[in-house]
Amino acid sequence: MLRSGACARSACSRSLHEERTKDLEFFFQYLVAGITYGTIYAIVAIGFNIIYNATGIINFAQGEFVMLGGMTAVTLHRFMPLPAAILGAVVLTTIVGAIIEIAFIRWLRRPSVLRMIVITIALSILIRETALHIWGESVRSLPYFTGSSMTSFQWGGVYVSPQILWVIGIGVFVVAALGAFFNLTMLGRQMRACSANRDAARLCGINAGNMVTLSFMISAAIGALGGCIICPITYVQYDSGTPLAIKGFTVAILGGLGNSTAAVGAGMILGILESFSIWVLPAAYKEVIAISILLLILFVRPSGIFGSAEAARLKDF
Amino acid sequence: MTLLSVREVSKRFGGLQAVSDLSFDVAGGSIKALIGPNGAGKTTLFNLISGFLQPDSGEIVFGGEEIRKLSSCRIASRGMVRTFQHIRLFPGMTVLENVMVGRHVHSRSGFLAGMLNLPFTWKEERRIREKSLEILELLGIGAFALSEATSLPYGRQRIVEIGRALACEPRLLLLDEPAAGLNMRETGEMGKLIEKIRGMGVTVLLVEHDMSLVMKISDEVVVLSYGKKIAEDRPLSIQKNREVIRVYLGDDQ
Amino acid sequence: MVRRYSAVFAFALFLVAIQLATLFAGAGYYLTQLTMTAYYSLLTIGLCMLIGYAGQISLGHAGFFAIGGYVSAFLTTCDLTPHKGSALVSLLSKSGVLVFRPGLYGGTLLTVHPWPACVVAILLTVVIAYLVGGPVLKLRGHYLAMATLGFGIIILRIVLGTESLGAADGISDVPGFPLFPGLAISGDSSLRVSNYYMAWGLVILGMVFLLNLVHSRVGRALAAVHGAEDAASAVGIPTARYKLHTFVLSAVFASLAGVLLTHYNGGIGPSEASVMKSVRYVAIVAAGGMANLWGALMMSLVLNYLSLRGYFGTFDDAVFGIILLLIMLFAPDGLLRRHILADLGRMFSRNAAGEEGS
Repeated sequence: MLRSGACARSACSRSLHEERTKDLEFFFQYLVAGITYGTIYAIVAIGFNIIYNATGIINFAQGEFVMLGGMTAVTLHRFMPLPAAILGAVVLTTIVGAIIEIAFIRWLRRPSVLRMIVITIALSILIRETALHIWGESVRSLPYFTGSSMTSFQWGGVYVSPQILWVIGIGVFVVAALGAFFNLTMLGRQMRACSANRDAARLCGINAGNMVTLSFMISAAIGALGGCIICPITYVQYDSGTPLAIKGFTVAILGGLGNSTAAVGAGMILGILESFSIWVLPAAYKEVIAISILLLILFVRPSGIFGSAEAARLKDF
Repeated sequence: MTLLSVREVSKRFGGLQAVSDLSFDVAGGSIKALIGPNGAGKTTLFNLISGFLQPDSGEIVFGGEEIRKLSSCRIASRGMVRTFQHIRLFPGMTVLENVMVGRHVHSRSGFLAGMLNLPFTWKEERRIREKSLEILELLGIGAFALSEATSLPYGRQRIVEIGRALACEPRLLLLDEPAAGLNMRETGEMGKLIEKIRGMGVTVLLVEHDMSLVMKISDEVVVLSYGKKIAEDRPLSIQKNREVIRVYLGDDQ
Repeated sequence: MVRRYSAVFAFALFLVAIQLATLFAGAGYYLTQLTMTAYYSLLTIGLCMLIGYAGQISLGHAGFFAIGGYVSAFLTTCDLTPHKGSALVSLLSKSGVLVFRPGLYGGTLLTVHPWPACVVAILLTVVIAYLVGGPVLKLRGHYLAMATLGFGIIILRIVLGTESLGAADGISDVPGFPLFPGLAISGDSSLRVSNYYMAWGLVILGMVFLLNLVHSRVGRALAAVHGAEDAASAVGIPTARYKLHTFVLSAVFASLAGVLLTHYNGGIGPSEASVMKSVRYVAIVAAGGMANLWGALMMSLVLNYLSLRGYFGTFDDAVFGIILLLIMLFAPDGLLRRHILADLGRMFSRNAAGEEGS
């Protein structure tokens, strides 16, 4: 769980009233934790959505971008100040994203969905194994961007670490920046045109291939950024990508595949649900909850809770 | 005797009313054609009848039984089999195997019998093959039994698809644009084939754009426009129907 | 049919040749990894049936393997001596479901006999496979892949998070499995040769079953469902039911492999349930050419053996990742073309002649 949550307990006399306020404090503590994780899930989900919109592919290596971002930042931080390390990590991961698209995706002619799934899975394995050989199995972490776990401030009994504010702040920034990019800039509009109708976009003189590369780069960049901001709280390890990927995918589905605004709301829902599940089930089963939610949505409403069922059926899977 | 009865069937896709309040009957032993301009709802109607889509309202009665809620495979096993506008043969299989798949509802060996290779499956397998070869001979494509189905010319692929449907021994055969993509000679042969199939006691309902074929072989024609039935009559009367002429040729006429 | 069985016979001879070669080379210890390979192959051919013939991908088959292995391991190691007094335990004990056996650290344990444990494991697998498969197989493409992956991770997390299943350590001290009187599946080095033959005998039996199935009415229907699902349904094939049955069948193969390998190894750990294992099985099926049971079997034999002997070193998972990537990039024909069906066509014509002769 969150480091700051650990110190929320204090020995004191147990009147019923105090138990209630304690419960309430725990409630908000879990809520804050849920929102923090939810932000990361939303960022991973948006990464899925960007590539999905551009290509119709679900990139199973999305979680690996997050891991790579975190790992690279940790390593770079040894040689340079934190902001530079994060910037470097994002740039390097973006390059990896571009290389992946150019080397393994671009030249395939009308690949089947199954083929693309397996290719991105294979890529995720290779990235993970490469990370294992570079960094080993050790768990790493970045320092808090500002302050430390000791400087957590209390908000009516709820401990909020400064890093949580960073996570939420950067999460909001990413969503806003992407919204502006896709709606206000020429390049963003070209990407949207490609995802709406690739052939028509091509006739308008848009280089659809480059737009796909760009989508992989953006997706890798925000994944890496997500990895950097969460890494001080959750740590990072060579294999921390897969669980993030599956939860990010859950969120993407929950919000309706391709719908990034809804993904934010869905991220919060999953983060909070997962956080509160600890009240009911042992923490070891936390992931079971998230994935059960995924299966449930897939079975009951694969178009997502915000999407339309009719539209989902029309999509060619 | 009515074999298929479509009663007040409607289907809507979002804002588009694809089929609205449509009713007609198909008499047993007849050839009935559905015509109409592009987008009139013909293929949607086929999908509704054959269970690939569920209607929003209305009834579909086949052989005295309500089939609206049945899945497509259930409907097929009750004796209504369709072909597709875009030919859907099984890739990688020979012509014979394609037709043998059509014998599915008339055979029964399951997973266990298949895995254990029980003796009764051998006999069944031989019967399936014999019957399928018989159908191929009947359709005049016996010589291609062992060719890969999807490598045949387009016209022959259509015949294989019809052969596969006939292997189910249907009471009602739904043909979705059987002459699409065929040249004039092939279209003529297709007309003869459809009449031959009717001669075997199979009722035929077809969607077709080729008017010469429709007028030549059908007993009755239903004309659709924007999901509504605008006429239902014998071919000769349809050709004179003012409403039909207006729909096909425009308002100026 | 003759050709089908002669290939099986040739494979059996090949296995005998390998055993004799290890005998003369005095390298009997190779048989241990070959036996383990056999059990993984059992899973692989079942998965090949699902992916190659029914056209449904599963990234969660390690989950079924783990269900089989863990249920069997748990039942055969959970000591019921403290509950000896209870009516149920004494009833089970009298009916032979429970047996006393010497424990690793002295004393006797009262545990479930491997046979009923195996039956329970398989039955549980069937139930879970039906429950999961029903809704999962309605999904396609990405959704199907993610759902099966999710299923696999759920099993892994449950195994890792449950103390009574040994959490991260897994379960050890699993007894041998007296498959036939006097023939036990066990890692005991004195039983190495008999275990080698038992394991591969089971694979051959499984292979015969699946080859028969492929060449049956059901196999033809599955190929039709895979090729053009709507057309298959239009001629009356219940596509959903056929996919589900194949899913359950492949799950049973996986679960049985899990049960037997657990008894052979004397234990099971959570790594058997990992996502990477599931992906590895898919990689082997892909390398074998998807709809090709013999290909899957051969690839499984070679790759699992090399992996178990440690030839890939620390690059074990990476090797399977690279195989998967290269196959999908350069030879996806395994997915698109079905060589076996061309063979099937030729065999049909031959069969016709053969059956008339017989």
